[in-house]
Amino acid sequence: MKRPLQKALKVVFLTLYLMVMAFPLYWIVITSLKPQKEIFSFPLHYWPSQLTLQNYINIIKISKFHIYIANSLLISLSAAAIVVCIAVLSAYVLARFRFRSHRHVMLGFFLTQMLPGFVALAPLYLLMSKLGLINSRISLVLMYTVGLIPFSTILLKGFFERIPSSLEEAAMIDGCSRMSALIRVIMPVMLNGISATFIFAFVQNWNELFMAVMFIDDESMKTLPVAMNSFVMKFDVDWGAMSAGTVLSVVPTIALFAVAQRFIVDGLTQGAVKG
Amino acid sequence: MNDEQPSVIRRLRTGFRNSPRGFIFFSLLPTLVLVLVFTYYPFLRGIVMAFQNYQLFDLTNVHFIGLDNFKTMFNDAKFKHASINSVYWVFISLILQFTIGLSVALLLNKRFRGRGIFQGFVFYPWALSGFLIGLIWKWMFNSQIGVINDLLIRTGIIHERIGFLSDPNWALSSVIVANIWYGIAFFAIMLLAALQSVPSELYEAGSMDGASGTRKLFSITMPYIMPTVITTTLLRAIWIFNDPSIIYGLTNGGPAGSTHILSSLMLDKIMYGGDYGAASAIGIVMIGILMLYTIFYLTVTRSEKLGDF
Repeated sequence: MKRPLQKALKVVFLTLYLMVMAFPLYWIVITSLKPQKEIFSFPLHYWPSQLTLQNYINIIKISKFHIYIANSLLISLSAAAIVVCIAVLSAYVLARFRFRSHRHVMLGFFLTQMLPGFVALAPLYLLMSKLGLINSRISLVLMYTVGLIPFSTILLKGFFERIPSSLEEAAMIDGCSRMSALIRVIMPVMLNGISATFIFAFVQNWNELFMAVMFIDDESMKTLPVAMNSFVMKFDVDWGAMSAGTVLSVVPTIALFAVAQRFIVDGLTQGAVKG
Repeated sequence: MNDEQPSVIRRLRTGFRNSPRGFIFFSLLPTLVLVLVFTYYPFLRGIVMAFQNYQLFDLTNVHFIGLDNFKTMFNDAKFKHASINSVYWVFISLILQFTIGLSVALLLNKRFRGRGIFQGFVFYPWALSGFLIGLIWKWMFNSQIGVINDLLIRTGIIHERIGFLSDPNWALSSVIVANIWYGIAFFAIMLLAALQSVPSELYEAGSMDGASGTRKLFSITMPYIMPTVITTTLLRAIWIFNDPSIIYGLTNGGPAGSTHILSSLMLDKIMYGGDYGAASAIGIVMIGILMLYTIFYLTVTRSEKLGDF
């Protein structure tokens, strides 16, 4: 007697939740496809009377959107690739060996995740200008790499710990050096973990705003978030162009997460579940 | 003698690299150098700035001024306001994100048709930046043509449009709503993973002893997932406290500073004021609060944990 009621409540709750989660995305996509006039006309249309790509054409005309996308891609991909290379090594070492400063290194990594990072923002700006890296894509690749090393290491360490060390020991008995055992034997086994870390790093880089705004103001170097930020200031009322820009910014990362959702969830929840 | 020497040199040359010690050293070197130079050094430099007069537009006049930045800060009404806002921002967001996230995780724990697609929708806000989420909600909260006003009027809940972001009485609540929306996913996913690690034998044993559904939730599920609950709520509280990006996208602290939290106020001083000293002083207060909170939280929860296990 209780069952059907419970089930109905569950369905209602989940449906409601689904709608609340999906609606903002739906609304920004629909807005971007509406003709300019319809965006600002009453009553609001929940489905446009006419679908148009005009907002997308406008945003590419009024700004260098293709350049921002190229910059974002270049910076996010390179930083993610470098992070993975560096973090694989440190994660492997931290997973396999217990050495004297092991605890300190881990604590040092965890602290970077907890301290308010903006304390370092102004000194970093001064440091970058001393190094002549203001308005350079290198500064962002460097900062994004460094910023993600601790988290990626913690993440990858969890994946390494799931692989028995007998695997590389066998390879080393067969004459592999530790390094080639790591590259040829271990890394292929944990490809899922490495992809999850890479995608996570890519998405973080793609979304990063504040360092990019501080370090870059040259039009030809801007990343997507920086461009969106100047948009907000310049065209605050042009919601057609703004929504098109937002959609273009979120499509790649949503697509990536959709494809790799399983690995990422798996990777990110590992540590937490172990407690 | 002559035979041994090359082998010693060879051992010195390649031995250190291949010995575990050498391998550890060389593998950690790039990481440690980068993190120390580009994370810890600027961070410590930032802490020193709190005691200096450090203005971006007056760099020739950098000098130590003792606690002046802190005095100015504690007399600033904006700072007081931002501190109080931070408390609301963290606790209301955290409690609602957790409660809704846990409910969703509990409901998703049993298999049903379409669960995969559903999880996708639970998950996708993670792919978005706080800044863009701020922009999307700014559009939805718009007082003239925003969809939230439209929906509330259509359903008869309100009769006149509300300036969700322009009315100081509403602005903070609106910003918190967007933040809750953003953060549910984190809890839903982490807690779902924890729930799925609860051994089913425990529930079977519970059923045999005649425990009801609610009884099982509080006597089996919750104690079992408690370590995850403690870790996730602690970390999440810290992230919510530190991250101003949704506020930056939605209101940038406005109207008239009414939605600033400590981290967004600090960011504002760096990006628009160029007053690095004042920003760092706020940063130090934040570090102090975080340390106290973490110690307090861990002391309180550890005693509870001991009682449970």
